Amino acid sequence: MTDPMQDLQDPNLPVPDELKSNIVITSIDKIYNWGRRSAIWPMMFGLACCAIEMICTAASRYDLARFGMEVMRPSPRQSDLMIVSGTVTKKMIPVIVRLYNQMPEPKYVMAMGACASGGGPFKEGYNVVSGVDKFIPVDVYVPGCPPTPQALLNGLMKLQEKIDKQSILSVPWYQPGNGDPVPIPLLGPDLIDLRQLPAIRQHAHKEKA
Amino acid sequence: MTAPVIESTAQGLEGRFPGVVTADTRAGYSGYVVSADKLIDVATALRDEMGYDYLSSITGVDYIADGKLEAVYHAYRTSGGAALTLKVQVPRDDPAIPSLVSIYPGADFQEREAYDMYGFKFSGHPNLKRILMWDGFGGYPLRKDWKEAYFEQDLKPFDSRWPGGNFYRSEEKNPFGHNVAYPEGFNLENWAPEKDVILAPELTVSQMAGGVGHLKTDTIVVNLGPQHPSTHGVFRMLVRLDGETIVDLQPVMGYLHRNHEKIGERNTFLQNMPFTDRLDYLCSMSNNLGYALTIEKMMKLKVPERAEYIRVLMVELTRICNHLWAIGFLLNDLGAFFTPALYAIRERELILDFFEATAGSRMMCNYMRFGGVARDLPEKLNDENTMDFLIDLVHNRLPKAFDALHEYLTENEIIKSRCIGVGVLPPQQAIAYSCTGPLLRASNVPYDLRRAEPYSIYDRFDFNVCTRPNGDIYDRYLIRMDEMYESAKICQQVLRDMPKGGDILAGKPQYTVRVPAGESYGRVEGPKGELGYYVVSQGKNNAYRYHIRAPSFINLTILGELCKGHKIADVVVILGSIDIVLGETDR
Amino acid sequence: MTVSSHGNSGNEEKGKIKMYGLGVLKGMVVTLGHFVDTYVDDIRWLSSKYVSPEKKAYRQSTKGKGLFTVQYPDEKLNIPERFRYIPFLIYEEKDGKHEDRCTSCGICAKVCPPQCIWIVRTNDAVTNRPIPQPKEFYIDTDICMNCGYCAEYCPFDAIKMDHNFELASFDRTTAHIYDKAKLDRPLSYYASLRPTDYAAEEKARAEEEAKKAAKKAAAAAAPAAKS
Repeated sequence: MTDPMQDLQDPNLPVPDELKSNIVITSIDKIYNWGRRSAIWPMMFGLACCAIEMICTAASRYDLARFGMEVMRPSPRQSDLMIVSGTVTKKMIPVIVRLYNQMPEPKYVMAMGACASGGGPFKEGYNVVSGVDKFIPVDVYVPGCPPTPQALLNGLMKLQEKIDKQSILSVPWYQPGNGDPVPIPLLGPDLIDLRQLPAIRQHAHKEKA
Repeated sequence: MTAPVIESTAQGLEGRFPGVVTADTRAGYSGYVVSADKLIDVATALRDEMGYDYLSSITGVDYIADGKLEAVYHAYRTSGGAALTLKVQVPRDDPAIPSLVSIYPGADFQEREAYDMYGFKFSGHPNLKRILMWDGFGGYPLRKDWKEAYFEQDLKPFDSRWPGGNFYRSEEKNPFGHNVAYPEGFNLENWAPEKDVILAPELTVSQMAGGVGHLKTDTIVVNLGPQHPSTHGVFRMLVRLDGETIVDLQPVMGYLHRNHEKIGERNTFLQNMPFTDRLDYLCSMSNNLGYALTIEKMMKLKVPERAEYIRVLMVELTRICNHLWAIGFLLNDLGAFFTPALYAIRERELILDFFEATAGSRMMCNYMRFGGVARDLPEKLNDENTMDFLIDLVHNRLPKAFDALHEYLTENEIIKSRCIGVGVLPPQQAIAYSCTGPLLRASNVPYDLRRAEPYSIYDRFDFNVCTRPNGDIYDRYLIRMDEMYESAKICQQVLRDMPKGGDILAGKPQYTVRVPAGESYGRVEGPKGELGYYVVSQGKNNAYRYHIRAPSFINLTILGELCKGHKIADVVVILGSIDIVLGETDR
Repeated sequence: MTVSSHGNSGNEEKGKIKMYGLGVLKGMVVTLGHFVDTYVDDIRWLSSKYVSPEKKAYRQSTKGKGLFTVQYPDEKLNIPERFRYIPFLIYEEKDGKHEDRCTSCGICAKVCPPQCIWIVRTNDAVTNRPIPQPKEFYIDTDICMNCGYCAEYCPFDAIKMDHNFELASFDRTTAHIYDKAKLDRPLSYYASLRPTDYAAEEKARAEEEAKKAAKKAAAAAAPAAKS
């Protein structure tokens, strides 16, 4: 908890006293959050088994439209929420990171199912990333393999809960310095995370010695 | 069913090619070993003289103890009957084999996969590149001496879980904190990322003179996927266009390559069962059945009567689920966004309720065991008697729903004008490209494994093998409608004939099964086509080789050919009519 | 092998399709039917509450017509008894003491396909030999594939699959690793979750015990008869 940005994203962050008295801001917050929580547009983006349950959630039995989330956008530029529904493979992660970078703020990421959260049953595989949060920040995790549609709805409500607790004064997208894209990993002999270049160099150095 | 020439061919092959073809005499193995340099001759004779026109599966096995790589070919006759298995053994350090693409075009992707996983060098292959992993990936992952980053132990169960037991995450033990390992001597400074060169070079080279009059037009390359709403998952296509007309199409896959086969060779036989659920995640029951049959073949298990009926019931309901889904999303691709899919999903949900009540999960049923099924049918389903629910479902609800779909879609002029005559697949080409399932039968080839090589108790049921004459998208839609009616018919017979009680599992439930040494190729008619499992056992608790012949993957071989000459808007519809699932395509 | 005649044969057929729009209209009638059904169904349940079990039972059955939606979170689908999500461990309460059913035999850890179960055995303080009680028990739910093998093959009925699916969290580093404290549930919880299974298991256990007792009695009677 040393990173101040991380602190601000924590929904349980106690509201400072000087803001508590600020009635205008809290009212604006309420309207601001109500608007955002009631129209979360997920990206139409399915990866694996969980995507089928995601589609079922959007269908008539569970009906995402009751939450204002039925408008699944195929384009990242129009979506607020990326539901990472399925196993994230090394071959796919550059695409996912690119899509995440293309999404406009405010953006949220949900890791649906065991695979997206932490690799899942395929974690030991050579082409599997152990959790999408190794590359992009995740807001809500939904466990299960696959989560049932109701479990996904529960996760979406959890996300609304998070949105409700945010304040326009502290949301990261109005802070200076926010908006740096996540570097897109490269596909070499194995996946190369550009943030780890020094470690990889060191590794090669060690091999030589 | 079987053509008369055939019975003699088994011996005939050895006589025809003395010294080249020898019978495979290893215990538990069957088929013939062919020397690599004569493979083309043998395959040509096989296809043209003996009628083995259908190449089902190509895969490799790494016999590291003998220093050999073995390529395994399974060929069938579309008139029915058992497999003819050919094997080619080559040294591990120089695995060169002539490519069979010129004889069986359906070998294309499968040979690329074998190259990707084992490093076989198929000489004469038109485009021998990696298919599931990316170009430039280090090593051939299915070779037995290749270890992944999180490698812990050769075989499961791991000692660190019990009696070790001290919890850790695999990434804590990796120097980079996630699932990566770099080959020895990997130097970042000398390395440059590989470029995507699949169709791109033609972009600059081609100055096609296809335009009007003296105008010269260029072709352009359009990328579809892997994030595209109509590719049914993370599938990617590179399309070269002349105007709006498709000149060339190259599928790119592997974005969901989850290493089923590598993990499957570490798992015990039983542990693979829940993994098969996640192959074609829409039809977990069929996947379960295929795998169970393969292992039962080796263990020579007899499945109790009631279990057989339950299995057939489950598999046919799965087929209905899958076809409903396929039709719903074919219409999605056609632009009828979501309403037909909603109606289809609604019926599917009712079937899933039954699966959930019986097996415990909506999609990942993990229901079949070697020698039977895990649990008997439940007494109640949503406070209703299960049998009443089922009878109402297959006698009233589902047939009515199919009728409604027919009424709703079949005569629709827009659907007709978009589908009729688009993506035509002639029968000979369908066989040559190893197409299976509804795709093959819509091209007027009456090849259904439930009839051609009956398994389980399918010989007891009265049903038709549906075919359609034209082989276009409309026929592929109609054949799925037909098959749903037939499946409902089979379900009705199951409910009529199923014994009221009795065992559902041969023997006691066991968590370790020992499978006799040998090989086995089991296949079932899955909803998407022929689903095959090739398993090699060395008499231990774990499979030595576990290969999945995935219908979605092999059906895609034809995609490029089907799309050529059509408009770009037809691509997604043609893809939708093939009906793929990426979990199975990429495995 | 023939080369496909791309679309040519079809184009002729295409010309024959008569575009009167009747097919489209027929489709619309089906959609209208669904629309009307919804209202007919709504009127039928007009007097009932927003969430009522009878309404749900009818709408979710094979006879249901019209609205199919389950109003989660106000209304939830019936969870079938065999439904499986994340495993839990059972303890029995005897004389106010928690007694684990688990004996740390390790069968669940061995049978687990993705190997998500970690068990540390307890060693006897004096002899340092393992005693049948787990010291620690971890399940990594980020790996668990909900297959239910652990519950199926546990010889002591000590591990079972939970029904609770409302587990979404903001963090996974701690929330997704279930230790023993988080996994432990009383036997009564299991009995309420899966009454049929529980009854069958208890019956089998009682029979087993009766058999054992009978054997003991026979063994005790045998020497007496001899002498």
